[in-house]
Amino acid sequence: MTNKRIDEPTGTETVGHEWDGIEELDTPMPRWWLWTLYLTIIWGVIYVILYPAWPLVDRATEGVLGWSSRGELAEEMSVVDQARVSMREELSRIPIERLPENSELFTQAVAGGRSAFQVHCSQCHGSGAAGSKTLGYPNLNDDDWLWGGDLKAIEYTLVNGIRAPGVEDTRTSLMPPFAGVFEPAQIDGLVNHVLSLSGKATSSSSGAQLYQDNCSICHGPAGEGDRELGAPRLNDAIWLYGSSREQVREQILNPKMGRMPHWIGRLDPVTIKMLSAYVWSLGGGEEFVEVSENPAVEVDEEP
Amino acid sequence: MKNRDPGRASSAPPRREGENSDQAVVVEDGRAKSNEPVSSAVAEPEATTLRHEPHEPPRQPLPAKLFEKRTKVHNKRIDGPFRRFKWLVMLVTLAIYYGTPWIRWDRGPYAPDQAVLVDLANRRFYMFGIEIWPHEFYYVAGLLIMAALGLFLVTSAVGRAWCGYACPQTVWTDLFQHVDRFVDGDRNARIKLDAAPLGLRKIVKRAFKYTIYLVIAFWTGGAWIMYFADAPTLVRDFWVGEAAPAAYITVGILTLTTFTLGGFMREQVCIYMCPWPRIQTAMMDEKSLLVTYKDWRGEPRGSVKKAKKNPEKFGDCIDCLQCVAVCPTGIDIREGPQVGCITCALCIDACDKVMAEVGRPRGLIDYATLEDCEKEANGEVARPPWKALLRPRTIAYFLIWGSVGLAMLFALGVRSHVGLSVSPDRNPPYILMSDGSVRNSYTLKLRNMESRPRAMEIALQGLPGAVMWTDTSGRDAAARTQVKTVPADQVLVVRAYVIAPEGVDTQEFSFRVTSRDEQRESAETEARFDTPGGSE
Repeated sequence: MTNKRIDEPTGTETVGHEWDGIEELDTPMPRWWLWTLYLTIIWGVIYVILYPAWPLVDRATEGVLGWSSRGELAEEMSVVDQARVSMREELSRIPIERLPENSELFTQAVAGGRSAFQVHCSQCHGSGAAGSKTLGYPNLNDDDWLWGGDLKAIEYTLVNGIRAPGVEDTRTSLMPPFAGVFEPAQIDGLVNHVLSLSGKATSSSSGAQLYQDNCSICHGPAGEGDRELGAPRLNDAIWLYGSSREQVREQILNPKMGRMPHWIGRLDPVTIKMLSAYVWSLGGGEEFVEVSENPAVEVDEEP
Repeated sequence: MKNRDPGRASSAPPRREGENSDQAVVVEDGRAKSNEPVSSAVAEPEATTLRHEPHEPPRQPLPAKLFEKRTKVHNKRIDGPFRRFKWLVMLVTLAIYYGTPWIRWDRGPYAPDQAVLVDLANRRFYMFGIEIWPHEFYYVAGLLIMAALGLFLVTSAVGRAWCGYACPQTVWTDLFQHVDRFVDGDRNARIKLDAAPLGLRKIVKRAFKYTIYLVIAFWTGGAWIMYFADAPTLVRDFWVGEAAPAAYITVGILTLTTFTLGGFMREQVCIYMCPWPRIQTAMMDEKSLLVTYKDWRGEPRGSVKKAKKNPEKFGDCIDCLQCVAVCPTGIDIREGPQVGCITCALCIDACDKVMAEVGRPRGLIDYATLEDCEKEANGEVARPPWKALLRPRTIAYFLIWGSVGLAMLFALGVRSHVGLSVSPDRNPPYILMSDGSVRNSYTLKLRNMESRPRAMEIALQGLPGAVMWTDTSGRDAAARTQVKTVPADQVLVVRAYVIAPEGVDTQEFSFRVTSRDEQRESAETEARFDTPGGSE
C-alpha cells in the first residue's frame, strides 16, 4: 500500500500493488453506481423494518406492516368470494331443474362445477370425465346413466353417493354373485344371450331361459335395465366393465359394483349444484320429466 | 524485444522514460529516418532504403480525460422561414399528440366513440374507421414497416429532417428551450444567470421554470394514457383517484422522463443516446440534402473590417458565430456534417440574416447536397434543392412505402368480418353413445367483427350422416346446421357436439360459419372426427 502513486497519463491514483510490472488504477466508482448502491442499502433497511425478513428457528421476523403471503392470499380469496356471493345466493335459491332456463347463471354454474370437478371428481372419473373402463369408473360424457341423467338425479347421486357406507339414502343395489350356480355350458349360453341383446352374439333358447329366470327381474326382459334399481342396460353399446365374453362372464360370476362417496357435508349444496350442472352439461344430460312414473319412488327429493 | 537486435540497439540511442526526443525521426547510421509508416503508393523508390528497422511505436500519452463535460447550450432566439416552419411543425405535432384522444368517432352503440383508442382491456385497436383485433396485429407490424420506410424515404430525400423538425425529442426540447427563454430571457441573460451565485432571484426563477417544466411534463404523461381509455372518463377517474394504478404509474414515469429528457438532457439524447443518427449517417450519401456550410465560399473567415481592407484574402464568413449561438445542439456547422447536427436549419436563418446585413448573398449556410456543393465550388450552376428530391433512390423508397400502404389498405378493405376457430376436445377424444354412435365435442369460437349483433349459421361440411347440437340447444335440436347470434364486436364460444352413426371412420370434415345477413360472409375451418375404430 506504500507504493501508491499518481499515474501520469490518466492522473489517477494506483492501488499500490504491482504484478510483474502491471499496475492497477484505482478508478473511483461511477457516481450513479455508488448512489444506486446507497439507495439499495436504504431500501434494504426499510424493507427489513416493514416486511418479514430475518429467518428465525421456527418462523421469521414479522415486520411492522404485518404482511404475509398467506394473509395476502386469504385477502384475495375473500375478495373473490365476496364477488361470488350474489351468484351463489341466487344459485342456492333456484330449483336445480329450472337452472338451464337462466342461461347466465347456468354458464357460471358450469364454470364453477368444472373447477370443482377437477379438484374432487377427476381422481376417479378423469379430468375429461371420461371415466375408466379398466377401473370401472363410468364415463360421464355419454348418454348412458345407471341412476338417471337429469339434473335432479345427478344431484341426488352427488349428495348421497352410491353404495356409500353409513348413508341412509345412498343409491344402492346388489348384483348377486353367480359363482358356482351354473355349469360352464350354462354360463356360455347366458353370456351369449346377454351379448345378443345388443346384437353382439346369437342367443340360444337355454341361455334365454336362464336369463329370464335369473336376470330379467332387474335387467328387464329385453335387457333395458332399471334406473330405479340401478340395474344397468344390457342392450346398449356401453359396457362399464367391458364387453368381451370373459369380462361379461366375470361380471356374472363375481360382479364388481362401483362405489361413489356421498358429498353432502364435504361440499356445500351450492358447489354440489354447480357440479351437477357441469356433469349434466357434458353432453349426455337428460331433460327433467316432471311426473315420475312411479310416485312411490322419490328420487327427486331435495336434500 | 529490447535485445532482439543488438546491432541496432548499439546504433539507435536507447530511449528512457520521460525522454522528450522526437519519436517520429530516428537517426540511424548518421541518417535521419522516418519512424512513421510510409505507404508504398506514395513513397519514392529510395524510400525502401531510407526506412529503418521497426521500432516500438512512439508512446502516446492518453488524453487526461475520457469524459467530455457537457457545455450547456443556451441557444439564441432567431426568426426566419425555417424557424417559422419549425414553429408550425411543433404546433401541428403537439396538437396531434395532445388533441387526438379527444376526437370522437361514432361507431354505433356497441363500440367506443373515441377516434383513436388502444383498448387493452378488450383487446381492440380503433383508429377512425379502422378496427383491429389482436389476431390482426400484422397491420400494426405493417404500420411500423411503413414508419421505418418513411424514415428511410425522408432521410434519403431531405437528410435528417425527422431529427430537425418532427422527432418528439426535438419538439419537446424546443418547447422547453422556449420556456427557458420565457423565464430567464435570451442567450446572454441565461448565461449570466447560470454563472450568477444562488440568490433569491435565481431561486425564484429556477422554481418558476421547473414548475413550468413539470406542468408540461405532467401534461405530456397525462395525454399518453388518454390513448388507452375513454379520455373524458379517464380524466374524471384520474382526478377523483379511481383510475387504474397503471395509469398513475405511467403518468409518473412519463412525467419524469419528459422532465429529464426535455428539461435537462436535451441534445445529449441526440448525440449520445439515440441510435437513429448513426443509422442515418450510414444512409446518407453525396446526393442527400443536408444543412451545409459552403466552405469554398466562406473560407478563410474574417471580420467585416478585415475583409474591407483586404477583400481578396477573405471569404464570405465574417466569423460572427451566430450560427453557433442559435444552434439547439450547440455545434458549429462550419466544421462540416456531424452527428450532432439535427438539420433544423436555424443556422441558415441566422446566417441569412447576417449576410443580408453585411450585404452579401444569402445561402452561405444552406440546404444542399454535397454533390451540388462541389459543382457550385467549381463554378457550375447548382440545381435548386427540390431537384435533389427526385432521384432513383427516393422514388424507389416512395414506391415501396406506397405499395406497403396500398397492400394494407387493400387487405383491410377485403378482410372478412366473420371468423371461426375450432378446437376439438382431446380428453376424451371421442365418446361412445349407448346406441353405438360416436360423439366428438368441439369448442367453436365464432368471431363477429361488425359492431352489431349478427345471426350466424354453423354448418357441418362432409361427415355424412352426422348431426350436431350445441350446449344451449340440447340433443333434441340436433341437425346439420345450428344458428347462433353473436354479440356485436365479440367472440361467441359455442360447445358443439357432433354425433355420427355407428361404423363411421375417423375422418376430416369442416365447420362452416355463414352470417345470415345481406353480406353472407363465411369462414370455414377444418376439424377431425375421431372414432374408436378405423383410421384414415
